[in-house]
Amino acid sequence: MTNMVTLTIDGLPAIVPAGTTILNAAASIGIEIPVVCYHPHLTANGLCRVCSVDIGRRLQAAACVTTVAEGMVVNTQTKDVVTARRTILEMLNSTIDLSEAPHLQDLLLEYDADTERFDGMERRESPVHDDNPFYLRDYNKCINCWRCVQVCAEDAQYTFALSFDGRGFHTLIGTFEGDGMMDTTCVFCGQCVGVCPTNALKPKRQFLLEQGVDPDDIFRQTRRGGKRRREPVAEN
Amino acid sequence: MVQPATIDLTALGPILDRYRGRGRESLLPLLHEAQDVSGWLPREVLQAIGETLHVPLADIHGVVEFYSMFYNEPTARRVIRVCFDPACHMAGSPAVRLAIEERLGLKPGETSQDGTITYETVPCLGMCEHAPNALNGDRTAGDLTPADVDAFLEGVYPEPEPKIYGGPLIKLARAGKIDPTSLADFEKYGGYKALRKALTMRPEDILSMMKGSDVLGRGGAMFPVGLKWEMTRNAPGHPAEKHIVANADESEPGTFKDRALMEQDPFSLLEAMAVAGYTVGAENGWIFLRGEYPRAYKRLSNAIEKARAAGYLGHNILGRRGFNFDIELRLGAGAYICGEETALFEAIEGKRGFPRIKPPFPTTHGLFHQPTVINNVETLAATTAVLNMGVEQWHKLGTAESPGTKWFCVSGRVLRPGVYEVPFGLTVRQLIQMAGGVIGREVQAVLLGGAAGVFIGPRRLDTPLTYEDSKAQGFPIGSGVIMVFDEAVDLREIMYMLARFFAHESCGKCYPCALGTQRQLEIVERVLRYGGPLPGDVNMLRDIGLAMTQTSLCGLGQTAASAILSAVDRWPELMQPDSSNGRIVSDN
Repeated sequence: MTNMVTLTIDGLPAIVPAGTTILNAAASIGIEIPVVCYHPHLTANGLCRVCSVDIGRRLQAAACVTTVAEGMVVNTQTKDVVTARRTILEMLNSTIDLSEAPHLQDLLLEYDADTERFDGMERRESPVHDDNPFYLRDYNKCINCWRCVQVCAEDAQYTFALSFDGRGFHTLIGTFEGDGMMDTTCVFCGQCVGVCPTNALKPKRQFLLEQGVDPDDIFRQTRRGGKRRREPVAEN
Repeated sequence: MVQPATIDLTALGPILDRYRGRGRESLLPLLHEAQDVSGWLPREVLQAIGETLHVPLADIHGVVEFYSMFYNEPTARRVIRVCFDPACHMAGSPAVRLAIEERLGLKPGETSQDGTITYETVPCLGMCEHAPNALNGDRTAGDLTPADVDAFLEGVYPEPEPKIYGGPLIKLARAGKIDPTSLADFEKYGGYKALRKALTMRPEDILSMMKGSDVLGRGGAMFPVGLKWEMTRNAPGHPAEKHIVANADESEPGTFKDRALMEQDPFSLLEAMAVAGYTVGAENGWIFLRGEYPRAYKRLSNAIEKARAAGYLGHNILGRRGFNFDIELRLGAGAYICGEETALFEAIEGKRGFPRIKPPFPTTHGLFHQPTVINNVETLAATTAVLNMGVEQWHKLGTAESPGTKWFCVSGRVLRPGVYEVPFGLTVRQLIQMAGGVIGREVQAVLLGGAAGVFIGPRRLDTPLTYEDSKAQGFPIGSGVIMVFDEAVDLREIMYMLARFFAHESCGKCYPCALGTQRQLEIVERVLRYGGPLPGDVNMLRDIGLAMTQTSLCGLGQTAASAILSAVDRWPELMQPDSSNGRIVSDN
């Protein structure tokens, strides 16, 4: 039998198995804590900190990676929690093109974020990589949630085609020496595209359809080289 | 620099051969050795390294990109690195840089046409008592003036020794008095006495001694050393699966205390680690040294070799059957974040220095996810001091709640900057007086604890430096930084440098820190350079500070706003649109 833990979240009692995260404990009683980088099927790394909640300490706790404790008192909407959440969202919005990330647009509205607050400050910019027939990589839209890197590595595919360029604010998802995907170990499984929350990774067909390209032309563009499927395609 | 058409891998062959059969944990040392061959890491070299260690190429790329001292673009074998952080700045680093730039005809980040020299401006090199300072390849240089630049660039400028003052010198008793390369000298002056004594005791008794000594971690986190050792000892695992790590990655602007010991008395660190290994029941020792300490690296390497040859490291140490302990010296590569204990583990494991989520803690899941003691260099030095002098004598130093001595890094506008070993309880004013007093008319401000610390004004100089006062008055002892600013210093310039430091050193893992350190820098920069703050800037700094302090994943982000907000709070006029350059008049 599992040990059960009793805690209080926003004044409501919750009884959950030991080892449950605050995020899941809250969900079990109908309280939704906002998340950005978190994906239920992937290793949680506590990156975005948008799920941070008050647990009565000096530091807030990231709900996705903090497990519950007996008698814990969690507040998911204190003034500081909301300020931190809003500020992170505002900074993210001033750095990244979130126009194709509906979930983040919802959060910006929900937390009354001032989307012009950090206007004019440096954005994290990068050329769009169109280097293979399957998907585009537009890191101007990338929030560094690491999901693609993780599914490419130990969380799913064990392909290890992706890593990082730079560090700090200037961190971008990258490949070995900036190689195009055709020259990496990528097997085009598509899992990275599937988990990307902001459309930074986008199926090429979808991209071309959005550009108003005729489906027949798309077929011709993405099926070049007949059966020689690993032939490198020049960057546009 | 013209890139050669083909990369000659012949010199790399023998290096790779030595690493064959090893794994990812050898990545950083191999990258260092490979880079020494041609000054940088071309793709062919990285590919060969990947094949040798069986590490995915993308991961190697990520590691090279993370560490400032690894280069994947053409770079000379000789890199000139000049510090541009506060202590050096106040001591004339800009003029020295200008002279170097004129002489070399290079701007920061550039490599000469012939590919023989690269010039960089870098964060604090940890030699603030010799400000302004610089590195010429592996040669250190300090107290530079524009007139010294020729000698410095020719490599004939003398290397400065650490400056050690204060007293009683307990943990630095031998420093400066013995030949740091001689084991015989070390033994002659009481070296390995503590280890011999430890071997006459049961580990449990050493643990209770450590707990009785109340030695708290001297790297800034103040965790009780006895408790840390005991938890690791009690963690399940064979001694071969437990580790003692010396955190020698001090890189915070204004911090240079551990270098004093490692350069002047390197054997004492090895002795302290062996004592820890014996007490905890751990066979693996690691020293993770910051990449910008070339001389400490040489002296520690030499010490490890000699200690091993004399039987102070290895199997059955000092004839004690079953007491095995050895040390591997690891060199960082330009990443302050690797002083964060879990990021340091990642670096040793051959990864980007991303801090891990805690819990689990190092005492059970440390290096290679095995039980690990990780202590700051000074903390380890304190343990042997306690063993040598006994708990009672140790408690006679300092105050009741803060027994023993502390190394303070006094730098900036004082006459005699240096490492001051003093008992806890002295006030900031007393330390400044010991250091010969302020240069200039008066103390305008003091940065306490480090870049992650707080500014205090002249009215708080009588604050005693103890753990209890630190708690009560809300200032950090941190790594022992006391950086002094006189009335002529523009504090906004110092704030800008601290903000620049954190933005440069943020690892990029968690959003509040990666984004917040950048935005904080941009706001402080426009206050300094572009005509003062815009409406709302102070509120922005506060919100960014709140988000970073309360929600960042590790200590870097949690403290990155501390000094800057403390200045904004104490001197609101700094953030006035009409605040003029130079002197700040208020003295609250």
